[in-house]
Amino acid sequence: MAKQLAAVIGTGQTHHTAKRQDVSMAGLCREAIDRAMADAGVDWPEIDAVVLGKAPDLFEGVMMPELFLADALGATGKPLLRVHTAGSVGGSTGNVAASLVQSGVHRTVLAVAFEKQSESNAMWALSILPPFSMPVGAGAGGYFAPHVRSYIRRSGAPEHIGAVVAAKDRRNGARNPYAHLKQPDITVESVRSSPMLWDPIRYDETCPSSDGAAAVVIADESVASGRPAAWIHATAMRTEPTTFAGRDQVNPQAGRDAAAALWREAGITDPLSEVDVAEIYVPFSWFEPMWLENLGFSELGQGWKLTEAGETALGGRLPVNPSGGVLSSNPIGASGLLRFAEAAMQVMGRAGEHQVDGARIALGHAYGGGSQYFSLWVVGAERPGAR
Amino acid sequence: MAGEVAVVGFAQAPNVRRTHGTTNGVEMLVPVFAELLAATGLSKRDIGFWCSGSSDYLAGRAFSFIAAVDAIGAWPPIAESHVEMDAAWALYEAWVKIRTGEVDTALVYGFGKSSAGDLRRVLALQLDPYLVAPLWPDSVGVAGLQARLGLAAGLWTQRQMAEVAARGQRDVDELLARPYVADPLRAHDCAPITDGAAAVVLASAERAGELCARPAWITGIEHRVETPNLGARDLTTSPSTVAAAEAAGAEGIELAELHAPFSHQEILLRQALGLGERVRVNPSGGALAGNPMFAAGLARIGEAASRIHSGAAGRVLAHATSGPLLQQNLVCVMEGR
Repeated sequence: MAKQLAAVIGTGQTHHTAKRQDVSMAGLCREAIDRAMADAGVDWPEIDAVVLGKAPDLFEGVMMPELFLADALGATGKPLLRVHTAGSVGGSTGNVAASLVQSGVHRTVLAVAFEKQSESNAMWALSILPPFSMPVGAGAGGYFAPHVRSYIRRSGAPEHIGAVVAAKDRRNGARNPYAHLKQPDITVESVRSSPMLWDPIRYDETCPSSDGAAAVVIADESVASGRPAAWIHATAMRTEPTTFAGRDQVNPQAGRDAAAALWREAGITDPLSEVDVAEIYVPFSWFEPMWLENLGFSELGQGWKLTEAGETALGGRLPVNPSGGVLSSNPIGASGLLRFAEAAMQVMGRAGEHQVDGARIALGHAYGGGSQYFSLWVVGAERPGAR
Repeated sequence: MAGEVAVVGFAQAPNVRRTHGTTNGVEMLVPVFAELLAATGLSKRDIGFWCSGSSDYLAGRAFSFIAAVDAIGAWPPIAESHVEMDAAWALYEAWVKIRTGEVDTALVYGFGKSSAGDLRRVLALQLDPYLVAPLWPDSVGVAGLQARLGLAAGLWTQRQMAEVAARGQRDVDELLARPYVADPLRAHDCAPITDGAAAVVLASAERAGELCARPAWITGIEHRVETPNLGARDLTTSPSTVAAAEAAGAEGIELAELHAPFSHQEILLRQALGLGERVRVNPSGGALAGNPMFAAGLARIGEAASRIHSGAAGRVLAHATSGPLLQQNLVCVMEGR
């Protein structure tokens, strides 16, 4: 069966903040859903199915929350899928929803992802020690800091690169009305004087813990034609094991394989020239140059030079995370779908103050687990092949 | 026919009361994968897409499905996804994936080690966390309320419930003399606490014939969810199952595998689906004979498909459920040719 065309026809997100105590989980999801459906101009009878993504259930203390959220998600009486692929889940949620349309099974699908970290304690949820497993006991920052040190050693990157990323993303976040952190006056120097948390990651180079949700409406060609749309040119997901001798956590093969499959499907041979804007999952500043290399935007060891030269800032050759990215808002389960939605907003020309002028092709990227789960999509202002 | 997908292989771990491995399923899954790949003649590198179903809450930890990937040996990296649901829904995701034309084979698996915790209390955490779960209504007690509603409405009797559990092999009077676990449910009315895992291989029309002598072609697969508000549902029937079955084209069924963790739910589903006396129900014994959480629904599909593989049946229905009191249901109709 030939793959059907699919496009994002609407996006929505919540105001992200540390504790959204004004809404329940249902209210949080519905805030994003209502915005996405208004943006798409669709009503409930047109939604054929709902896909919900979020990170571990222990983050809210509810087992399979899609069950109790069925009414709020508008899923009652319809098919409802619940995806969970660790931190990449938001991206996977978008990709699974896309596949429901691309397979010809449905015409219009609602994808929703959320995390309400204030309901529980993510650090506790991540610190349960299963029998027979090596305890990490470090949280995400402590887990990833050695990978960053290894990257610096291998690439010879100067030590201020991480601060350049953090200052850029937080300033971008100040242009995004939904961002959790808005710091228009942050500088490389102020980042570098913030407290060291996990050497070499400083406080200002670390993502916040956020409550938040994101939603996108994905539709087939018959529905999307004639509307503002972000056409889905390619999707990819890859997984590799957490640990084994010889695994490269700094530049994981699963990420490289996912990127190669993505560019191939999208017909992109020179990503740096052909992609106009990228929303990349950067929870700690140094992951920007690391993922630039992993995704093939630069040669190995050279990604930091794009960052240092300002090429990833708004106005640069490849603006990365004009929304402020994960460094400005991190509702974990939603963070991947936010990347995907922001990519769609860019090619639809709906990114407001953080719009990249003339964006036609955009990347959405998410990763999870111990840098072992990758979900990606490429969206374009035109149908695939029309370029 | 182009776009069609078939179940070409099924294997499962022994359904047992207790295992001694981890809660991430690896020890149960490794032999299941080996059996399945040997039967289909595939290697792990031949599998185009992997998809699993499991629950972190059952495993008592975050990211148990990531550890389960170690059962695959996912190197080189694999195309993979996971649902926090019974693996029957992972099969649905894999069926969709094959229909996009991106891949022509998929391996779907589910696992659950219920012995690691107190299942009745764990499942209470599926209920509304603001208004219901804080009261800790346990899963057997809630099911007892549903059984009571059906009894009061005259839809089934305690004897009929015992007859489901007996399957013609145990003395019904003797079962009815036993004490209640949660009135009107006795032990035989409730699925046993089970550790287990199951796996299924799906293939496209182009590949199915070479992997299986008699593939079980999926002619319809649909699922629906109902409101979580128990008081707003008619708990004596299953509208979501009926809607899914209708959309899946469930006619001419000879044999059905129903995912009913309680005896009255097998009667309820049979009534809702309109399965007559001539339809053979749960020849495997169903969930009452073994109920590995997050694998039992997928096992229903595998068990039903295996009746087609063997030539014992021509057109079958498999049903899977998720959530409190049959809140979410999936129906998969398969046929041999």
